[in-house]
Amino acid sequence: MQFVLLIYETPEDLSARTNENRDALMGPWRKYYRDLVAAGVYVTGSPLQPDTSGTTVRVKDGRRQVQDGPYADTKEQLGGFIILELPTLDAALEWAARCPTARTGAVEIRPVSDHVRELVESGGDTSL
Amino acid sequence: MTDARAVVERVVRESYGRLMAYLSARTGDVAGAEDALADAFMAALRTWPDAGVPSTPEAWLLTTARHKLIDRARHDRIHAEATPALRQLVQDTEMMSDESAFPDERLKLLFVCAHPAIDRSIHTPLMLQVVLGLDAATIASAFLTLPATMGQRLSRAKTKIRDTAIAFEIPDRDQLPDRLEAVLDAIYAAYGSGWDDVTGADPRRRGLTHEAVWLARVLLELMPDEPEARGLLALMLYCEARCAARRAAGGDYVPMSEQDTRLWSTPMIAEAERMLDSASAHHRIGRFQLEAALQSAHIEGALHGCVDWPAIAVLYEGLVRVSPTVGALVGRAAAVAEAAGADAGLGALDAIDPASARAYQPYWAVRAHLLQRAGRPRDARDAFDRAIALTEDAAIRQFLVRRAHDGSTGGKERSTKDQEIRSK
Repeated sequence: MQFVLLIYETPEDLSARTNENRDALMGPWRKYYRDLVAAGVYVTGSPLQPDTSGTTVRVKDGRRQVQDGPYADTKEQLGGFIILELPTLDAALEWAARCPTARTGAVEIRPVSDHVRELVESGGDTSL
Repeated sequence: MTDARAVVERVVRESYGRLMAYLSARTGDVAGAEDALADAFMAALRTWPDAGVPSTPEAWLLTTARHKLIDRARHDRIHAEATPALRQLVQDTEMMSDESAFPDERLKLLFVCAHPAIDRSIHTPLMLQVVLGLDAATIASAFLTLPATMGQRLSRAKTKIRDTAIAFEIPDRDQLPDRLEAVLDAIYAAYGSGWDDVTGADPRRRGLTHEAVWLARVLLELMPDEPEARGLLALMLYCEARCAARRAAGGDYVPMSEQDTRLWSTPMIAEAERMLDSASAHHRIGRFQLEAALQSAHIEGALHGCVDWPAIAVLYEGLVRVSPTVGALVGRAAAVAEAAGADAGLGALDAIDPASARAYQPYWAVRAHLLQRAGRPRDARDAFDRAIALTEDAAIRQFLVRRAHDGSTGGKERSTKDQEIRSK
């Protein structure tokens, strides 16, 4: 079963990505990444650029509405995501608790929806 | 000849939790296990009257429920990923030579019900439903909620258990203390829902104290070496033992110090004492053992006409250290007042964070009482007014009104003791 860890970072952590404290931030992340890979649970993931780089799109009445900024404007920003292959929520909680951002920001765990993905990917299922 | 319905009822009463735990631990799907088990019970009611009751009814029900689960999985492509678990279920069940000896997985189920990923307020209802088999309407009335609302919240929790794959396992040692506390809290909350109804005027709310004691016994059977499980059972037995004395013939509320001790259940008190003794032999003190010890000290005091307030103050000191809730802090203040005088007690009350005390009825009831004793009738009246305004129970409200008008009753009564025991 796949779980997504959504990494919500504080403004301080986000700005530390580019300032002289970068190693203090990156050191624990490098170790965490190595541990995930070594445990064989890592599927994929990536940090995201800060939410000022976000662009939000809606289509209303056939017209594209594009807005500068993230969908949700909050103090803590979605700063990245990691997809893990794990058997249970409890195993995901274990890995989320080890994420460096869990100490400063927050990590939300969401299971991927295999069911909806299959419906989308199979293209022709009308059984619903 | 055995009545099939009576056997089904007995199995529901004695084995529901074990059957549920076995089925749901293997599929990770509590709601699916419930449906399958309900179908199996229906099938039993249909076939047993003619075919006779099988020699091992539990095993028959388990096999039938297992088939229902497999049938449903075949028809239900939405949760096709559950199929490997079901295959395992088939194998496991077939390998059991004596099918009545299926493993007891209830502890895992209790940990799932009180899982931190499940909203705290639904832990207790979930436990009552999936371990004891209570229906949503019964649970809803005990928690003063609409049945439809309770049903929705229960079903949302069960969906989360299945869809996020909450593990049916005993937590690791580093997580165990917190996780166990959640289980104990949920059981105690079931007790509190019944205990709140002091007068017994609301029949919908009386039953759950018994269910809570039952759950505590289940937990103790599963974790015999856990002193806090013993402490919780001891605490509830001490409270249950005094149940009949908590109201007068006319329905008036009777505080502990004025209760007729002849109405207390001696066997229950004796069992509670044994529980608490065996808990303390583990030398791992905790919140529920301390709360039980406080009950024990009050009961001893009432039986011998002499309450050891300094000892009670020491127990509260320990309770505040492991569990600094507003209830424990107010209890300590009341004990300090008895041991060292009303002014010392008021000092302890003043040290409590006003935000947490503002809407906490026992704080105002104790404060009113201590102000009265300290010779500050006007301040006492204000505190009584707040306590009365915060009291839901009519009998306790009347009791406080009487106390507010009667400042000359001396210093012995313990007006709020009974509310403190359910301190959160």
